Amino acid sequence: MNAVSLREQFPILRSGLAYLDSASSTQKPLRVIEREASFYKEQYANVHRGVYKLSQTATDAYEGVRRQTAAFINAKSEREIVFTKGTTEAINLVASTFGRQRVGAGDEVLITEMEHHSNIVPWQMLCEEKGAKLVVAAIDDDGVLLLDKFASLITAKTKLIAVSYASNVLGTINPIREIVQMANGIPVLVDAAQAVAHERVDVQALGCDFFAFSSHKMYGPTGVGVLHGKLEHLESMPPYQGGGDMIRTVSFEKTQYNEVPFKFEAGTPNIAGVVGFGEAISFTQEALRSSGENALTQLTIDKLKAIPGLQIIGNAEHRSPVVSFVMDGVHPHDIGTILDINGVAIRAGHHCAEPLMHRLNVPATARVSLGVYNDESDIDKLLKALHKVREVFG
Amino acid sequence: VDDLRELYQQVILDHYKQPRNSGEIENANRHADGNNPLCGDKLHLTASVSDGKIEDIKFQASGCAISTASASLMSEAVKGKTVSEALALGEQFRGVVTGGTPELHDMGKLEVFAGVRDYPVRVKCAVLPWHTLRAALTQIEEEVTTE
Repeated sequence: MNAVSLREQFPILRSGLAYLDSASSTQKPLRVIEREASFYKEQYANVHRGVYKLSQTATDAYEGVRRQTAAFINAKSEREIVFTKGTTEAINLVASTFGRQRVGAGDEVLITEMEHHSNIVPWQMLCEEKGAKLVVAAIDDDGVLLLDKFASLITAKTKLIAVSYASNVLGTINPIREIVQMANGIPVLVDAAQAVAHERVDVQALGCDFFAFSSHKMYGPTGVGVLHGKLEHLESMPPYQGGGDMIRTVSFEKTQYNEVPFKFEAGTPNIAGVVGFGEAISFTQEALRSSGENALTQLTIDKLKAIPGLQIIGNAEHRSPVVSFVMDGVHPHDIGTILDINGVAIRAGHHCAEPLMHRLNVPATARVSLGVYNDESDIDKLLKALHKVREVFG
Repeated sequence: VDDLRELYQQVILDHYKQPRNSGEIENANRHADGNNPLCGDKLHLTASVSDGKIEDIKFQASGCAISTASASLMSEAVKGKTVSEALALGEQFRGVVTGGTPELHDMGKLEVFAGVRDYPVRVKCAVLPWHTLRAALTQIEEEVTTE
């Protein structure tokens, strides 16, 4: 498959829009849209409940995606896969179960300066509740994690480490394996929301304890996320929410919880979304084999650098297709609007990473992020539109 | 490009590049901070009000062209006006940029913001200074401590 045929699979891109905001959410290929529709038309019923055949068909489809997900990230077992609403819920799940078990007064949770709000706030809430301390590891001016400093912050007080696999602002890809080795047994949670659409993932090779990501950032439906956790952790964790499907037996005196992973999936899940997500996994695996994302990222960086007064924020060597920048005398929000008028969709703002904006000393950035459907024509449109920005603002 | 010029009129670009009444009044008896979390626009507004009249107003802005120019043009428009006149003008401005008021009622230079109504996500930028002004002018506790 080349870029043209990949692009043709996305109905929404037929308008000619240069969609450069995939880090926020990717567009959906027809096969994902159609899989969800066909599931509703032909296979839909609630899961894990019905005595009738259709419910079994739906359950098979839903559980099939759990197996598929386990294979996608090379989990040891499909029992290690918990479906959530998204990355945010996956991280909150760990913070309010495992986190509450492990973190106490005077303990520390270690994160980095490049985290998204969703990998800051749940830990902040946990630390406030427990009287623990949130410790933040620094990055350098290129947006690369200072590993020596990071290592020095891991102490006997550190009870949990939470890091992003790839930064949603800087594009930096963190060396997760090294971090897990440094942690030396201290549980590590990886926020992989920005990585799964671009990197081949092997959670066993990474060695992390928890791994969270979202369907909607990898060509799948919204409202579906994945928490991968080591089985021994999931087994020992209390449930996250109480309700249907997470129980084995209920009486008014005592409830026996269901086994892992169902213990963490209270209530009717996003069944059709999960089924659509299965199709998105297949799509992603196939698309990445032929994607020119890395070359296009480099081309984008080179072309942006040639624009006078434009500064790229984040210069990590190992990076994802996310490029943030600022322009002298123009606020990113104005860049975003002028680009929009010229048929180019980018993100402008703090990207849910306000502390990182403070660290970088910018109020906001403009951000270009690529998906497998982007090609050079999108970058040409971007460049043309950026010249318009210069025309307007001088 | 016409759309572009409709939104980014020369007056707006001029007030963005050279904001009027920029700074902070030392002995201000009204002040408020405005913040637009979506894009990171920040505004610090100070004003001197006596006998119900805005004698002076200054602001410090870190934001986009629309919000900065809006603050600058607002400061020119309300300086010398009474508090109730300024609040009424704010309501009128909000009506114009949100599209609620179809016609412009002789708003002078403020009319350049009429183009913002076609950009719903940018309306917040244009009205941020006016929200901040209203907060500054109506803060009860501040009035209580005023000498």
